[in-house]
Amino acid sequence: MLELVGTPAAPGMAAGPVVRIGSTRRRERLRRAASDELSEIGNAIAAAQAALAVLMESVGDDEAAGILAFQMALLEDDEITRPLAEGIAAGAGADEAWSKVMNALIADYEASEDIYFRGRAADLADLRERVLDALTGADAETIAPGSIVVAEDLAPSRFLATDWSGSGLVLTRGGITSHVAILARSRGVPLLVGVGPFELSDACEALLDSHEGVLVIDPDPPARERFEHRRTAHEDRARADRQHLATEARTAAGERVRVMINVARPEELDAIDPGHVDGIGLVRTEFLFHDRRDLPSEEEQYRVYRRIAEWAQGKPVTIRTLDAGGDKPIPGLTHDGESNPFLGVRGVRLSLERPEILEVQLRALARAAVLGNVKVMVPMVAVPHELDRVRELLGKAVHDLRTAGTEAELPPLGMMVEVPAAALAIERFDAAFYSIGSNDLLQYLMAAGRDEPALASLSKPGPAFWRVLRELCEHGTAAGREVSLCGDLASDIGSIAQLLASGLRTLSVAQAALASVKAAVSRV
Amino acid sequence: MSETAQSSVVIEHEVGLHARPSVKLTQLAKSFRSRIEISTAAEGPWIDAKSIVKVMGSKTPKGALLHVRAEGEDAETAVQAIVALVERDFETA
Repeated sequence: MLELVGTPAAPGMAAGPVVRIGSTRRRERLRRAASDELSEIGNAIAAAQAALAVLMESVGDDEAAGILAFQMALLEDDEITRPLAEGIAAGAGADEAWSKVMNALIADYEASEDIYFRGRAADLADLRERVLDALTGADAETIAPGSIVVAEDLAPSRFLATDWSGSGLVLTRGGITSHVAILARSRGVPLLVGVGPFELSDACEALLDSHEGVLVIDPDPPARERFEHRRTAHEDRARADRQHLATEARTAAGERVRVMINVARPEELDAIDPGHVDGIGLVRTEFLFHDRRDLPSEEEQYRVYRRIAEWAQGKPVTIRTLDAGGDKPIPGLTHDGESNPFLGVRGVRLSLERPEILEVQLRALARAAVLGNVKVMVPMVAVPHELDRVRELLGKAVHDLRTAGTEAELPPLGMMVEVPAAALAIERFDAAFYSIGSNDLLQYLMAAGRDEPALASLSKPGPAFWRVLRELCEHGTAAGREVSLCGDLASDIGSIAQLLASGLRTLSVAQAALASVKAAVSRV
Repeated sequence: MSETAQSSVVIEHEVGLHARPSVKLTQLAKSFRSRIEISTAAEGPWIDAKSIVKVMGSKTPKGALLHVRAEGEDAETAVQAIVALVERDFETA
């Protein structure tokens, strides 16, 4: 029995056989005659093409499809297949020859001065791995429901392509704020990260408890019993919590608390009943800017915002302007090589540096505001001027649209409260509403990076945080402006009582936490 | 019957020969029988317009003057088609 400790990134429990995926432990191949190697690599390339073709059908947007088409085209290119065949004829194994051709290409792209082409090196590496997986049969490693998946890191596309029912995920690297972690939380897949590398025997079983942050490999009977006991308790709690899903959240004393959800991608809404939420407290718009070479147009953004606003059926939808930078870099947009990206040109700082990008987003938002209860939120505001500048641009966007005969509304403009300087002088900011970004506010108050596992104990809210929160809520009440909290803390069941005691009455939570947060409110 | 043709066109596409434009260019080139080559300089070096490795690898930026030449039975049509693709900003006709 081996017990490993990691950082819980999405709560839950799962038990089952360990499935190790990724490049870390690909099966060794037996080399055969050159003619066999050639036909094997041909089959592997065909399998990769078939997989890419399936992916191309499922990606909606043109840009992601463009990258896939590029990968497909590479697989048919003589400039790849000729040196590959030559390498095999000269005695190299199929995997060796393929890696050599691809590595040369990857090195060429990595050396490019243009950030776009440098970014394509990752696509080429992805293609290299895809074919190697097909060659070694690793692509056939389907993840059966009820497995414990262990990987170094996992591509969001692979995560989304997997049926996770009954399964859990363990990443030896990875952080709790990574894209996969956000997806796992929103889908309720138990995820433990930062476990560190470890050896696995073949065909072992494991117990994953990402409430406690523990992975047990080859458990002995007492460990199994403890696990099952805890799992039953959690399941009973989850079942009880689900009864709260469809009802309004009220404290034991009958006080109404609004519970909204955070949304990172509009597809997430497909699985949620709008009747179960009091609105969307945070729509992240970074997804619009990812995995593409150009910027999303006003029309494209408008269609996405409209879809979200219509889903909400008149309930408030708070859409955050682009919050790039920090742990959310966007190639070609965010500054490269900042010594400390969390203290760098991110959020509204980047937006005001590139107002032409912000203006397009504000125009799309002003158009969507005609159709629903859309509110606009500005991230990383540190001084009042930043908010004022966005307000001017928003006003101009509405004016320009109307002048051109396009319907537009001026949405309420609020701010994220995550920079201590803003939190401590909140009365100086003329925002229609305040939404507390507790992840960043905490890390800035504590001067402890939230991506640093060694400082996890400093990332918990302490007296300074609670005092700031109380004062923010007092200001909100006095000024008649809504204060909400949209960070991970709002989904932390153990913190709900103290959040409400501090004066908060609006929480925006991870979708998977909706029922349990409502239930926790009812117990306060 | 073999013919040759040559022309040039400025790449106005926002970002130059990135993935999508490169794929479209090579796909179009492959639909002709002629040998088709492109270059960003009149004196070359010329690269195979049917190879995505070569076309994307040229890392041609926006504003570059793209020279196109072809040799083969459908050379004239091929060069015209490729110039037209670049002119309409790589949108599918």
